[in-house]
Amino acid sequence: MVENKTLGDKLVMAGFYTVLSGIAMVCLLPMIHILAVSLSSRAASSGNLVGLVPIDFTLASYITVMNSPAFVRAMGVSVVRVLLGTMINVSVIILTAYPLSRTAKEFKGRDIFMWFFIFAMLFSGGLIPWYLNCIDLGLRDNIWALVLPGMLPIWSMLLAMNFFREIPREMDEAAVIDGASHWDLLLRIYLPMSLPVIATITLFAMVNHWNQWFDGMVLINRSDLVPLQTFMRRIVILGDTVGFLSRFDASLEELLNFSDRSLKAAQIFIATIPIIMVYPLLQRYFIHGIRLGAVKG
Amino acid sequence: MAVSQLPNIPPSSSRLKRKSFWQEVDLRRTWPLYVMLLPGLIALFLFNYKPMYGIIIAFQDYQPVRGFSGSPWVGFANFADLFSRYEFPILLRNTLIIAVGKILLTQTSALALALSLNEVRMMLFKRSVQTIVYLPHFLSWIILGGVFLDLLAESGAINRILGVFGVGPIPFLAEPVLFPPILIITHAWKEFGWSAIIFLAALTNVDPQLHEAAAIDGAGRWQRMWYVTIPAVLPVIALVGALALGQIMDAGFEQILVLYNPILRESGDVIATYVYRAGLERAQFSLATAVGLFQSVIGFILIVISRWLADRYANYRIF
Repeated sequence: MVENKTLGDKLVMAGFYTVLSGIAMVCLLPMIHILAVSLSSRAASSGNLVGLVPIDFTLASYITVMNSPAFVRAMGVSVVRVLLGTMINVSVIILTAYPLSRTAKEFKGRDIFMWFFIFAMLFSGGLIPWYLNCIDLGLRDNIWALVLPGMLPIWSMLLAMNFFREIPREMDEAAVIDGASHWDLLLRIYLPMSLPVIATITLFAMVNHWNQWFDGMVLINRSDLVPLQTFMRRIVILGDTVGFLSRFDASLEELLNFSDRSLKAAQIFIATIPIIMVYPLLQRYFIHGIRLGAVKG
Repeated sequence: MAVSQLPNIPPSSSRLKRKSFWQEVDLRRTWPLYVMLLPGLIALFLFNYKPMYGIIIAFQDYQPVRGFSGSPWVGFANFADLFSRYEFPILLRNTLIIAVGKILLTQTSALALALSLNEVRMMLFKRSVQTIVYLPHFLSWIILGGVFLDLLAESGAINRILGVFGVGPIPFLAEPVLFPPILIITHAWKEFGWSAIIFLAALTNVDPQLHEAAAIDGAGRWQRMWYVTIPAVLPVIALVGALALGQIMDAGFEQILVLYNPILRESGDVIATYVYRAGLERAQFSLATAVGLFQSVIGFILIVISRWLADRYANYRIF
């Protein structure tokens, strides 16, 4: 690349770096502020003194939150749904993507099945029929309500299908001559060659299950089955501490504590930590995955 | 051994003009494909297609105790009711304003971000910025709702900053006029980095020799950007525009549900939140289903048109 290093050009460059740094700051500062509030004493945070650095640094809020049986129980429900949901998502995605990655000649009816999946992505019966159907299937107050309705994320399935289609067909021709069945092809050739896309869909499924709250809000009433983000909606967003925590047999002190600003901030941050933990992996795979799945000429 | 050579498949099949479907299917070889597809088919049948049957309650006066079969039919009365309600034009207006505002702000800032990042030569700096701006996409609206409700509170950080300049305090979340801009800006804040990925992908495909040749011909930075970079992303801009058409009825249900309160309904209530409130809070199942169906049908038509445009003019297909 040719670089003309005139003064004007250097100034323009400096401008780009400044603006981009500013943009990054705008994205980061709200989270840093919340982190600072969560690490400050309650007096400082409710007195509205905290900026980007904790005042009277203390882990008290985190200790209080993690000692709350209600919060820990909700976290447990979320962990269970992430594990169950991710396993089911990934297996169903792979099992669906493989046959659909075959040609219509090889897999009779492939195009009809394809439309069955695509139409489901484009049109839905809407919230109310979906809700009545879930109730009808006995999913109210049932851990499976958080797992089964979203069993097959179609977008991820298309991602995997497109990846499978790009694997050179010479590979399976050789295997077929050696007597391999479709099960062999999938398990011994396609899966080992598709680790990046499997990583992508696994991470997407995990993040999605961790973040979901609406299903827990409309389908779950039992306090021991409420996932973390649904729990947090009541406490952090609505501030409905008394009405909600009382169902968890919380103590009076706990009830009063939970609407506190530092405690809300601590809950927000605790719920963010798992995402931050998988984020490096996520970033490593998603760009690759997005490009493969989204833009195909 | 290739199964297609098994003796029980008539080798003279070329003489038969038409074979039946099942004759053509070589089940000995392909049955696993059908078995593999079964879980996905069942999942979609149970949770996507079976609920579509429930759409019939949009044409009934649905009473849960009497069920789908026992509830009286009312034809299009629920739709007539919906279209004559005073809130219907408001819902439609709010939905369009919020959704279109989000598309415009998110995509233009994403494009600007991608063009700026493309000029940066320090890889470490570029990657750090990317890492930071992609992150919010992966956080839920519960987490971000908690963050923004705190920031926008009367005593929150934003009012404190404004206070330094002698402005405010502004009751951000009690002022209907301010709510659509808040939704649009916070949505753009969450998604613009993620949306920039597709533009960045197009930019990395630009041949560096084009830039060099332009520079040798005396083109400055801005001229190179205008004559080399922009033409390279134009197809992607067209693609994003076409796909955006499919989203103009999607104002972002979860975000609004998290951030709004009853004071903000006149400017913040959209079709999706109305469906939720009518159906699940007030148990007006038939009306809510009719509203939802209205949105689904319009949304379906828009998506089909947008995909067709994307395929026709930007050569984009997802399957």
